[in-house]
Amino acid sequence: MTNLLIALVVILAIAALVQLVRVNELLSEITNEDTNSVTDDDNNKNGILFLLTIPLFLGFVVWQMVTWDHLLLPPASSVHGAEIDSLMKVSMTLILIVFFALTPMLFFFAYKYRGKKGNTAYFFSHNNKLEVVWTVVPTIILTALIIYGLRTWDRAMNPDLSQATVIEVYSKQFDWTARYAGEDNVLGQSSYLLVKGKNTLGVDMLDEPSSDDIVTREVHLPVNKPVLLKFRSRDVIHSAFLPHFRVQMNCVPGLSTQFGFTPTKTTEQMKLEEGEDFEYVLLCNKICGSAHFNMQMKFIVESEEDYNKWISSQESLETTLTLK
Amino acid sequence: MSDHHHKETFITKYIFSTDHKMIAKQFLITGMFMAIIGMLMSAIFRVQLANPGEYSILYELLPGGWLNEDGGLNPDKYLALVTMHGTILVFWVLTAGLSGTFANFLIPLQIGARDMASGFINMLSYWFFFIATVVLLSSLFVESGPASGGWTIYPPLSALPQAIPGSGTGMTLWLYSITLFVVGSLLGGLNYIVTILNLRTKGMSMQRLPLTVWALLITAILGVLSFPVLLSCGLLLLFDRSFGTSFYLSDIIINGEALHNVGGSPILFEHLFWFLGHPEVYIILLPALGIVSEVIAVNSRKPIFGYKAMVGALLLIAFLSFIVWGHHMFMTGMNPFLGSVFTFTTLLIAIPSAVKVFNYLATLWRANIRFTPAMLFAIGTVSAFITGGLTGLILGDSALDINVHDTYFVVGHFHIVMGLSAIYGMFAGVYHWFPKMYGKMMNKTLGYVHFWGTFICAYGVFFPMHFLGLAGLPRRYYTNSSFPMFDGLADINEIITFFALAGAIVQAIFIFNFFYSIFKGTKTTANPWKSNTLEWTTPIERIHGNWPGELPVVTRWAYDYSKPGMDEDFVMQNVPLKEGEEEH
Repeated sequence: MTNLLIALVVILAIAALVQLVRVNELLSEITNEDTNSVTDDDNNKNGILFLLTIPLFLGFVVWQMVTWDHLLLPPASSVHGAEIDSLMKVSMTLILIVFFALTPMLFFFAYKYRGKKGNTAYFFSHNNKLEVVWTVVPTIILTALIIYGLRTWDRAMNPDLSQATVIEVYSKQFDWTARYAGEDNVLGQSSYLLVKGKNTLGVDMLDEPSSDDIVTREVHLPVNKPVLLKFRSRDVIHSAFLPHFRVQMNCVPGLSTQFGFTPTKTTEQMKLEEGEDFEYVLLCNKICGSAHFNMQMKFIVESEEDYNKWISSQESLETTLTLK
Repeated sequence: MSDHHHKETFITKYIFSTDHKMIAKQFLITGMFMAIIGMLMSAIFRVQLANPGEYSILYELLPGGWLNEDGGLNPDKYLALVTMHGTILVFWVLTAGLSGTFANFLIPLQIGARDMASGFINMLSYWFFFIATVVLLSSLFVESGPASGGWTIYPPLSALPQAIPGSGTGMTLWLYSITLFVVGSLLGGLNYIVTILNLRTKGMSMQRLPLTVWALLITAILGVLSFPVLLSCGLLLLFDRSFGTSFYLSDIIINGEALHNVGGSPILFEHLFWFLGHPEVYIILLPALGIVSEVIAVNSRKPIFGYKAMVGALLLIAFLSFIVWGHHMFMTGMNPFLGSVFTFTTLLIAIPSAVKVFNYLATLWRANIRFTPAMLFAIGTVSAFITGGLTGLILGDSALDINVHDTYFVVGHFHIVMGLSAIYGMFAGVYHWFPKMYGKMMNKTLGYVHFWGTFICAYGVFFPMHFLGLAGLPRRYYTNSSFPMFDGLADINEIITFFALAGAIVQAIFIFNFFYSIFKGTKTTANPWKSNTLEWTTPIERIHGNWPGELPVVTRWAYDYSKPGMDEDFVMQNVPLKEGEEEH
């Protein structure tokens, strides 16, 4: 019944609109021959609307920047992340300058040069000097931006990892597991064919370095010490995303990927700065199935002492798998 | 060529027509139909994002079995909606709906040809597209649901029905549908290229082609070079799914079962997919820019500024579009050195893009602008191209992409630069050429309301998404209430959903105006916009063969607007040069 009523209302609304448009067209047919040709009045109205667009649109943008600023990610908590943030600041400033220059120009031209009967446009088909200028200037700016970007990328991708703690991050629908390399800092071999029972990561226990590996469901990291995350996936592509560290890497079945970085702020510090309920978190950022939106793991950055205390309280993989 | 005296029956005129103008309308109406479906899907998932898990009256539109028992949207089906929305908008609306309509309609009319090189192949192109449409829509009604792995259908998710229900029959139908779609678009594309190269009328040299035709030519070339790669990419996926091959699969355990597949790589799929996928962005964008160039010149009553630079920019963008696909894959584990190369080539695209924007601005400078609804949308396109293009400088930079990759920042970026620019371009084209298509005028006032409503709502939807992305919110999340860090974003989501629903309602004005005007619109004159191009020299009543007598002979370029020393502020392309007059 409700549906019927809704349908009825829609039909009536359409019928009313038809009549309205019809009346409008008939009326203006009496006064003026061509109802749908554009008049000076239309040009004025639309021109003024474009002029109003400048403060309204730019105001809307500024309002968002001010109101939602506190929602954005805090400054990076990693060494390379700070460099990315600087690059971001430079790029963002640049595009905002261009945006705040070109948008008003476009709408102002639309207003300023709105048509009027009797006016003639200026025949201006090309000007080589101008065109060279606005090809060369963007080229120079972009060259600088490309060089800056590539340097940052190069440093982010090639940190010194000789002292890094090695941790494997293993993804499956729809959770994460971590495996610390243990005292030898070498991960034991693994294969998807060995996944069985408690050996959820398919670690090859016959491989010597496997015995001291430690499997956990949350990741603790010592602050200011490089860490190398190695990613594997059991089923589909996932993406390990640690937004606060500016870290992201896909986890691809059949392929081993990695990302090395150095965290610079402990969780405690972040809680002081960002609020009591702050946590570092690992999210999945590649569509992976129905619970994609809830695939997370906690990361905790702490002092080296606390980290050592925590890691030594964890049980090694050998113990886990042999204890019944 | 075509015989213009033969008798047309209902079937040969409206259904199996070989007349390019009718085929264009078939593409347009199918495209509009799909656009409505795609838009309703987005309205539904926007409602879910604003009120996660709650029932909404809009859900009544969904097929049975898409809701949870408590009336909320099922998370799998949320992904299905997102996937189908992307597929429909990218391929059906902005590829077939945009290029299919305007390439068919404008190429013969603007170059002075009686029809496409092969009317029959042209007809086939539409009917392949039509069957593809039927197959795609039928996948909405299979029990396990339509494809749900995102429109980019990355395996293994798209290869394994155990991973997500949509990867069952729904995915198979998706692949069949896209195969048919690619066949249709290749038939169309080859036809466009051959027609433009061979059937230009006397005097229509390449240097005198309207920019619309240039853009459509380059688009067709991009399509012919890149769509076959998508086809092979999809075929290999079909093999993996159905015949047990391992092109994309390796080392997988799903539902506790270890699969036999070894040695394949999903990264291979991504390379193949994006080898199409990136040119595809320009297949969508370039026709819109071509239309906008024409509409801006006509309604500014000025020649387009820097014609040669505009053509050069189009060519450069097209060339670069083939060597930037890796910027979609910075975070896949691809060698970081490759990332550097793709960053370099990607950021270079900003140069021809900037040239185009400056040339549009220079065209508007000291113009005598006539604000037809088409012109409003053309200005909207330039605005969206500026706003959305700029954020490309962030995403194309591999170092910055680390943290915004696959977040809402990307969603905001491509919806503005590709979605809005292209759909505004399409609207501009429809308003501008409607009189040529149907011999009627569209209602001006409704056009104005449509533009301003759309313009406001669209920025209201997509601009705030940048902030969601900078807050770290990943795309394709059924809800962001699982992470306390995103709790503050609920307000933004509600604002976006409000504008999305308002924007959807505004589109009803356009649909109404379109159909109302076909039947009841006021009659048009031969050249309502006082335009220079050849389509306006044809009679108002549609005829097969376009011109009743001889084909027009072209003597000048398409942009002699407000040329000093001429009698009027426009000179059509077939008007001979005056004595002593120089070509621009």
